Amino acid sequence: MRYVEGALKGHQLSGARLIRLLEDGDPEGIAGLKALYPHAGRAFILGITGPPGAGKSTLVDRIIGEFRGRGLKVGVVAIDPSSPFSGGAILGDRVRMQRHATDPGVFVRSMATRGHLGGLSRATGEAAFVLDAMGYDVIVIETVGVGQDEIEVVDLAHTTAVVCLPGMGDDIQAMKAGILEIGDLFIINKADRPGADEVAKQLAVMLDMRHIPHGEWMPPVLKTVAVKDQGITEVVDAALAHRDQLAASGKLAERVNLRERHFFRTLVREMAAEKVFGAVEGTAAFAALLEDLRDRKTDPYSAAEGLVGRLSFQA
Amino acid sequence: MKKVRVLIAKPGLDGHDRGAKVVAKFLQECGYEVVYTGLHQSPEQIVNAALQEAVDVVGISVLSGSHEYVFPEVMRLLKEKEMEDVLVFGGGTIPEDDIPALLATGVKALFRPGTPLADIQTFMKEHVG
Repeated sequence: MRYVEGALKGHQLSGARLIRLLEDGDPEGIAGLKALYPHAGRAFILGITGPPGAGKSTLVDRIIGEFRGRGLKVGVVAIDPSSPFSGGAILGDRVRMQRHATDPGVFVRSMATRGHLGGLSRATGEAAFVLDAMGYDVIVIETVGVGQDEIEVVDLAHTTAVVCLPGMGDDIQAMKAGILEIGDLFIINKADRPGADEVAKQLAVMLDMRHIPHGEWMPPVLKTVAVKDQGITEVVDAALAHRDQLAASGKLAERVNLRERHFFRTLVREMAAEKVFGAVEGTAAFAALLEDLRDRKTDPYSAAEGLVGRLSFQA
Repeated sequence: MKKVRVLIAKPGLDGHDRGAKVVAKFLQECGYEVVYTGLHQSPEQIVNAALQEAVDVVGISVLSGSHEYVFPEVMRLLKEKEMEDVLVFGGGTIPEDDIPALLATGVKALFRPGTPLADIQTFMKEHVG
């Protein structure tokens, strides 16, 4: 199979082309993924999320450097939005990470959301999987700039860092129920600006209100100035400490298993839908059903029930 | 669904990135996914970025007079990395007399100042769809 052998040897071109096949939904990519499956699952997956302009890419750049300094190989998947109008995208996260461009221990892949909501792209997980099988020790996932509810990264990452900015004071209040609930660590970047301490205080209060039981992970609130390389060691230490605690408590395996199950269900849903439409599309009965919908002789619920009711499935 | 991916790179020591940005933005509006590298890229950085990003096309903007080094070096590295299938085009202040030699290295097109954006779109449509 093309690219699989190369990817397993850590060959960057093979890995890159396999990721591209997966991103484009090519069946050959899926075949490659199946072959890689037994070889993945070793990497530590770190999610970085936060609002646009919080400095996520610069932070990722410094975090790469810190992990490299500790002798670890780093893969990055950085997501930027696709235009809802043209479908095109400007993927600019790399600009901040170019100093690692010739380091063979670093692989950076930019991805456009391609209409996918939730802060990631559809193929982000698959790209992370390939990088994992290629032998990268740490996979950093940088989400698009998010607001309150794009929390898909939690499903993928073992540890999620939420990046905040000084001066977000009242916004923090508003965000309580949103991405602030998902942070395993909180980073206040650009902390040399006024208002960093206030945000730190508000985050601490918010965390206190969660009543985290003694002995469970207490998300730390860390201050960084990424452009000046300040606070990065502490971020990486905290991320690794969280990973270690997850692993020790058995929660890492639980998380990974939950994600696999969730993914399996998603795949079944997609394949079942494809099978149903594959079977009925183009038939006269299906055309008649669509006409009934158009003429409002039936409603979408009844139409869907009728169609799915015809499926026979024995477990 | 397959989407065409393009790397827009700005090598050399000059900071004149207006052209690169205009082309990047235009290609995005045409529906392409454009990876932008930022300034001061070496040929090695450009080719490694193209490799990791698995792009179909590399566009290079040179306004520093270093085109006679940058383009052949990028073409050489692409070949070395077994990426000869990647389409390369360029733009910038490149004297007309220098163009034939650069095209001979495998660069598909060079767009000089004053090129209408539509010409770049036509070129892309023709070669990568």
